[in-house]
Amino acid sequence: MTDQTTTAAPDSRLMTAARSVLLLRESPVGVFGGLIVLTFMLLAIFAPLVAPFDPNATILPFATPGTANPEGGIFLFGTDHLGRDILSRIIWGGQRVLFYASAATISAYVVGILMGLAAGYFRGWLDEVISFVANVILSFPIMVLYVLIIAKFGASGINIIFAVVFASSPGIMRIVRGVTMDIATRDYIAAAQTRGEGPWYIMLVEILPNARGPLIVDFCLRMGYTTITIGALGFLGLGLPPPDPDWGGMITETRAFVTGGFPHMAIFPACAVSLLVLGFNLLADGLREVSLRD
Amino acid sequence: MLNLVLRRLGTMVLIMLVVALLLFLINEGDPRLIARSVLGPYAQDEQLDAWIMQHGYDRSLFVRYFEWISRVLTGDLGDSIIYKRPVNEIFWDRLGNTAILAGVTFLVMVVVALVLGVLAGMKEGSTQDRVISVFSIATTSVPEYASAVILAGVFVYWLAVLPGTSSMTGGFSVVELILPVLVLTLYGFGYIARMTRASMAEVMTTPYIRTAVLKGLPYRHIIMKHALRNALIAPFTVIMLQINWLLSGVVVTEFAFGYKGFGALLLEAALRRDIFLIEACGLAAVFVAVFTQTVGDLGYTYLNPRIRFK
Amino acid sequence: MSVTEHAGASGDDAPVLEISGLRLSYYTRAGEIPAVMDFDLTVRKGESVGLVGESGCGKSTVANGIMRYMGRNGGIVGGSIRFKGRDMSEFSEEEIRRIRGRDIAMIYQEPMASLNPSMTIARQLTEVPMVHEGVSEEEARRRAREMLEAVHIPDPNRLMASYPHQVSGGQQQRVVIAMALLSRPALLLLDEPTTALDVTVEAGIVELIAELSKEAGTSLLYISHNLGLMLEVCDRICVMYSGEVVEEGHIDSIFSWPKHPYTHGLFGCIPLPHADKNARPLVAIPGQLPLPHQRPTGCYFGPRCSFFEPGRCDGDLVAMESVHTDDDPAHRVRCLRWNEIDHDAAVRVEETREPVSVGETVLEVDNMRKYYEVRETSLAALVSRGSPRQVKANEQISFRAGEGETVAIVGESGCGKSTFAKVLMGLETATEGEVRLDGTDLGSIPVKQRTPEQLASLQMVFQNPNDTLNPSHSVGAQIARVIRRFGIESEPARVQQQVFRLLDTVKLPRDFASRKPRQLSGGQKQRIGIARAFAGNPKTVIADEPISALDVSVAAAVTELLMDIQREHRTTLLFISHDLSAVRYLSDRVVVMYLGQIMERGSTEEVFAPPYHPYTEALLSAVPIADPEVEKRRIVLEGNLPSPLDPPKGCPFSTRCPRRLGSICDTDPPPVQMNADRHAIACHIPLEELRLVEPVITIPERDALPAGEGATG
Repeated sequence: MTDQTTTAAPDSRLMTAARSVLLLRESPVGVFGGLIVLTFMLLAIFAPLVAPFDPNATILPFATPGTANPEGGIFLFGTDHLGRDILSRIIWGGQRVLFYASAATISAYVVGILMGLAAGYFRGWLDEVISFVANVILSFPIMVLYVLIIAKFGASGINIIFAVVFASSPGIMRIVRGVTMDIATRDYIAAAQTRGEGPWYIMLVEILPNARGPLIVDFCLRMGYTTITIGALGFLGLGLPPPDPDWGGMITETRAFVTGGFPHMAIFPACAVSLLVLGFNLLADGLREVSLRD
Repeated sequence: MLNLVLRRLGTMVLIMLVVALLLFLINEGDPRLIARSVLGPYAQDEQLDAWIMQHGYDRSLFVRYFEWISRVLTGDLGDSIIYKRPVNEIFWDRLGNTAILAGVTFLVMVVVALVLGVLAGMKEGSTQDRVISVFSIATTSVPEYASAVILAGVFVYWLAVLPGTSSMTGGFSVVELILPVLVLTLYGFGYIARMTRASMAEVMTTPYIRTAVLKGLPYRHIIMKHALRNALIAPFTVIMLQINWLLSGVVVTEFAFGYKGFGALLLEAALRRDIFLIEACGLAAVFVAVFTQTVGDLGYTYLNPRIRFK
Repeated sequence: MSVTEHAGASGDDAPVLEISGLRLSYYTRAGEIPAVMDFDLTVRKGESVGLVGESGCGKSTVANGIMRYMGRNGGIVGGSIRFKGRDMSEFSEEEIRRIRGRDIAMIYQEPMASLNPSMTIARQLTEVPMVHEGVSEEEARRRAREMLEAVHIPDPNRLMASYPHQVSGGQQQRVVIAMALLSRPALLLLDEPTTALDVTVEAGIVELIAELSKEAGTSLLYISHNLGLMLEVCDRICVMYSGEVVEEGHIDSIFSWPKHPYTHGLFGCIPLPHADKNARPLVAIPGQLPLPHQRPTGCYFGPRCSFFEPGRCDGDLVAMESVHTDDDPAHRVRCLRWNEIDHDAAVRVEETREPVSVGETVLEVDNMRKYYEVRETSLAALVSRGSPRQVKANEQISFRAGEGETVAIVGESGCGKSTFAKVLMGLETATEGEVRLDGTDLGSIPVKQRTPEQLASLQMVFQNPNDTLNPSHSVGAQIARVIRRFGIESEPARVQQQVFRLLDTVKLPRDFASRKPRQLSGGQKQRIGIARAFAGNPKTVIADEPISALDVSVAAAVTELLMDIQREHRTTLLFISHDLSAVRYLSDRVVVMYLGQIMERGSTEEVFAPPYHPYTEALLSAVPIADPEVEKRRIVLEGNLPSPLDPPKGCPFSTRCPRRLGSICDTDPPPVQMNADRHAIACHIPLEELRLVEPVITIPERDALPAGEGATG
């Protein structure tokens, strides 16, 4: 990467980043999505400051939204059957979901990018092996795969990350492989080869930066999807261990009360998941729209 | 074409064999764990060893794998540990239930998605397009477990027009099918719709559509005869792949509504380590997924004259 | 039959199309972009009018405007288009639809893309009369078959049952033409109809278009960037620049006495037969086409014009003015100074150059072969384990190139010229034979095993300007990387100096170093590509169609630049091209390839004069020449290029050769006959016979005037 320093001043990279942000401005839908994601991220970072109550403390069971706490404060979203404040649990749960979703998605990207670059650039038997393995993994209905893995290895944060990497890196691999095969036919790759560059230099410096457009869009979509997955695992009872809140777990613990007169307990966390995923999806859509324009 | 079919079928068999191997390794890799799950947590070590010897689990993995495969191929899926009955007796009913749920969902979803996708893609950038696009993004953002509780709140609690569970204890009931189908459709149709829209929009900008317009053909004729034919080739593959996704959704939805399908069965089996049941459900799920994927690939080449008449 | 038949009454001279004051705009986020301004045009019955200009001049927009097919973001802003006397702006959508395809038809550049891939050709043809005239399907099929015969398709029934991808590019374009003519339109718009085709195929299509329009009395509006083609098809032409017509008139009058400095400049950029890289080099037009929203005041060509007069040319918009000549009363020009400029005097001052003396042999290719194995995927082949099929991409390639020499490798698509370049560069290795650079055989050394010196001594300039530079990195970083890789410099400040020096060499400002490729025009990107190739002081540079994607005025500048640098460094230049005009202009020696084999090689004079190989002869005839005084013998080849997968057994050219002797051509590979010391022809026809062949091109004797300067008129 030192090569970039000679003439491409570092600020040109900043400029590129700034340019994309400015471009996103032209997709109102994308901006809206970005704001949702940003809000959840800020809430996650400042959870200790913004959450009104201790998320695991039993305060007042079966309080409906807006009920005042006798010891001060308001249960804006009500409390659950164990008397825990739902808003606080949503905020803290968001922190957990965002942390595991990003850790898992980023790890899956590292694996998927390396595999995809190698398969798409070297082709031949390596490509065949990698693609076959990917086909095998992708032929599992994804939730079946998660159930099998988590049931076998147990529900824990690290196992969830492992399962996500295992299940979603083949999809990333396929995208990167496709883009790599396309870019590898460009003349500037031939130019790099004819000045004797090594394969990893070509893959990482000449190919990867040009694949960033579709990858950034896919990353946002995948963040949304991983959020859904983590929630689903919690919902099925295979998620992050209690009592710390996670959205899927909150829904499953309280869904019996939906028809029993306390729908708010499950509906608020359901809306939280949906809103965050909507944010990611809109952001991805906006980025795609903007990237297609130029 | 025949070559292609045979090759794809060959790949399918190969993938199934590898998947079966994975399932086998995960479930039967360690004989002691099998013995433990069959005999329960209080069994003594000697009892476990005896069980292992008695049932031939001391033989090599390789031998056991092929023995298992051949038993599965002859229709013997083994005995369920929790139900204490042959897997065959429980499994097929459950699979049938899931086929009803997934089949109805699939039909509704595909029709809705194709119609909306074509309507949006026909006029890229129009209000019609924007409304449909945002709507399909929004519904795709609500996972099944979230829409299940939200819709239950609306239709079961507030409006009180639909039942909250779909266990079908009193026999098959169409009413009980409504919420699960709605939940699966809402989450799943958006992807197909967006793919159809993209494909349609792309086709509408191609030079051959320009040719059709400048030939003076009526707009309807252009859409029906020139555009749709090409625009629906790509979504076909997506639709077939969607069956794979539908199976994922089925696991969650069946659990949410207490629907007695194979997804709920798989979950139950996995949580309680019912090895043979897990294997049966896993194999069935992957078979359906791989089979539809193969059909999708072959259908794509069949629909695309550029490949068909090479 | 609506408009078409009423027309008969209004007489033969009535204009089919009358455009006046037409203004077309596109609306983007940046606001309104005027694409075409103040456009006047009249097309009479049976007349063919050419619209010529470089990319971005608005010529295609005019056609789309006539068809009222501007997309969502474009529209007609002013002026009128009258078709057979009726103002088209009064037509409803439905009326427009009825006119499209029936009264006005259009043909475009990419025949493959213009045809629906999932409908048979029969259905795409028959729907035209079925929709417009309501005829039955049998009647429509009958008409379609007749029309396919009229466009010289050998087996119409078989073709009608086919899908577009199953027929060759030339046949596809014939189908598109047949489709356009099915309802006998009064006006046919052709937008670069042959640009995507090989020259020998193009020649056939051009002949067909000319023939059909004469027979049917259809008026043509022919849009192209190629002045040579205009000469073969059109009666009148309009030259467009930056959204305006700058000059129009009868074809002879424009070609013989171009009045506008831009038209004149265009002729100076084209390598016509009498141009010469030493005695009469090309003269590029300086500067660039202005972007539509950055047009200057006054004359749009002003900033690039050598006759620009401040205070006059940059004042008000310039109007079209009639040029009063006896031959062509309709010759008009948009220039204030057309009467004052003496183009002859202006051109005479240009310099001539010393010819480069060719030094010792640098590159020697000896009996090089490159075969690819095609993997059979059918199960039958896997089972039978038969020998894999081979593609003979290069067969027995031999030639030499000396220091400072320019050797052109000429051929159409599939002739193996790109494979040859890959072997040279080490991206592929030769199957057999040697490629010696300064005595070392590089043919068997893949690029990974070459030393930095070997890599630096053999570099390449690529074809596609948009592909040649990595869009993610700045121009300077990309050049700097080469400098360091080849060990020219390593210390940052000196690398930077070197980058600047190279930018100077390719005549680009130094601050381009920090630019990203997307901020550069096509010609500028090619210049950077050249700078990169010359960064390591190469002995040999391969230029693979370096100018084919560029507009003529830009191409001329890049060509001259490439040759200047070559001259200075005494580099051996291998110029790969399909463009015989460019080849004749800049090369010392020529190698003509067809389906992977050398058909003829020799010095440029030898190859461009009899005895010719029959393929060279056909190729020479196929290339359009933008000079009305050059006489050309017409040879139009039958058939298509055979697939390289399944080449003819004997002579590769035997299936299309107009001089085919007989079965010997199909069965035996042709012998290589030596006409002179280094002039070889691979043909069964004896040399004595080939020597009797008349020259294809006859260039009239004349004094040292460039094209368009008519002492003869």
